Amino acid sequence: MRYAYYPGCSAHSTARDMHESADAVARLLGIDLVEMKGWSCCGATSAHQTDRVMAASLPAANLLLAKEMGLDTVVTCAACYSRMKTANHEITSSADMRAAVADAVGQPYDGSVKVRHFVEILLEDFGIDKLRKRFKKSLNGLKVASYYGCLLVRPGNVTHFDDPENPTSLDRLVTAMGGESIDWPHKVECCGGGLNLTRTDVAVKLSSSIVEMAAASGADCIAVACPMCQASLDLRQKDIDAATGKKHHMPVLYITQLLGLCLGIPEKELGLSRLMVSPAGVLKALQPASSHQV
Amino acid sequence: MTIKIKKQSGKSLRQTVEEMSGVDMSLCYQCKKCASGCPVTKYTQSPPSEIIRRLHLGAGDELLESDLVWMCLSCETCYGRCPMDINIPAVIDALRSLALEKGSKSPRGDMPLFNRKFLEAVKAYGRSYDLSMIMGYKLGSGSLMQDVEKFPSMLAKGKMAVLPPSGAEKKVVKRIFDRSKQAKGKKK
Repeated sequence: MRYAYYPGCSAHSTARDMHESADAVARLLGIDLVEMKGWSCCGATSAHQTDRVMAASLPAANLLLAKEMGLDTVVTCAACYSRMKTANHEITSSADMRAAVADAVGQPYDGSVKVRHFVEILLEDFGIDKLRKRFKKSLNGLKVASYYGCLLVRPGNVTHFDDPENPTSLDRLVTAMGGESIDWPHKVECCGGGLNLTRTDVAVKLSSSIVEMAAASGADCIAVACPMCQASLDLRQKDIDAATGKKHHMPVLYITQLLGLCLGIPEKELGLSRLMVSPAGVLKALQPASSHQV
Repeated sequence: MTIKIKKQSGKSLRQTVEEMSGVDMSLCYQCKKCASGCPVTKYTQSPPSEIIRRLHLGAGDELLESDLVWMCLSCETCYGRCPMDINIPAVIDALRSLALEKGSKSPRGDMPLFNRKFLEAVKAYGRSYDLSMIMGYKLGSGSLMQDVEKFPSMLAKGKMAVLPPSGAEKKVVKRIFDRSKQAKGKKK
């Protein structure tokens, strides 16, 4: 299993822990993530809010790197994933866009490089049964709210990641780890991440509703696969407390951090100390994986 | 609520937006499913269904100053749920590009400034550089003190890179930015 790995800009800043944990999990499982040489920014929200051709061209420049490597692209950030999938969609469905992108990047690109999220390759390529056999520890009934947010699942005709209204990929991983994947209604609600700096008032209201609903549904922690969701719920949790007048203590971990813990990877390699809300409760719940789970 | 429509001459805003977004506005029959699912409907003057309706009715450039244009989170819920498969986020993106082109009034929170600062870093380094982007945005928007208490812990936990990013193939990024400027020049 070999992939062209696109870490994305946040891997070196706000989502260093996402990058570290995905890398550690991949290494342990023998999944070869080959970092694209010279990768550049996908353009994120700012590019698509500014110029449609630029928004397709920035991901295309990176997908051309993967094409040269002859490998599928693997992404850990849900936002980069969305931008790359959207670029491929626009490039394949419009000859005008294809021409404009070719002009911008300086070579033709047909939109054919496959873009996969790390969670997809774990479930589809590695396989959940094989994964289950590798767990050394169990979440031992820990109640986990699987939170998908927007960009992994929507629009369904572009990302093709799971069911857009009721996805279960993260839930299946949580259950495999021995956790209790809770039933809750905010799986695919928006955290407000896009307004985090510009309209913090609105962003905090939206992220508050996610954390409050997870708490009301009995969650011990939230599992995410998007760096913007993680920042909105974890980094802003004190703001959420202030806005709601309640003290939450809701750890927000990347799914790869939970997987890493269950695979027996040392905490340090999973970037757990970078979380703002302490994951101590999660760590306390961990038990050796018992035979009936294997 | 009153919807004010100004008379326009030449190509209508609706036609321009349809060309830019590839969306056929006539498909919308105002079921308002988009407005029901939109996370910011509660906080805006105009839900997505109203933006489409105003385009139907011949709205002009005043529509570019609707607060949804820059409040939209691009969460794609409206598009995912639209029974007619109307790509509303693409309509909003087209309105944003037009607002920038026509120099519309900056919205509360100044998202265009944020985007400019973000893209300036991408152009300079080939990758985003949070520290310079945030400082640039804060200086420009006068929100210098907001969230300032988060910086020490972000720095201590390695969640904010101090040095600018390196390693990107900057040539292709620069080319993309240069072409984008050209494209805008041609349109005018």
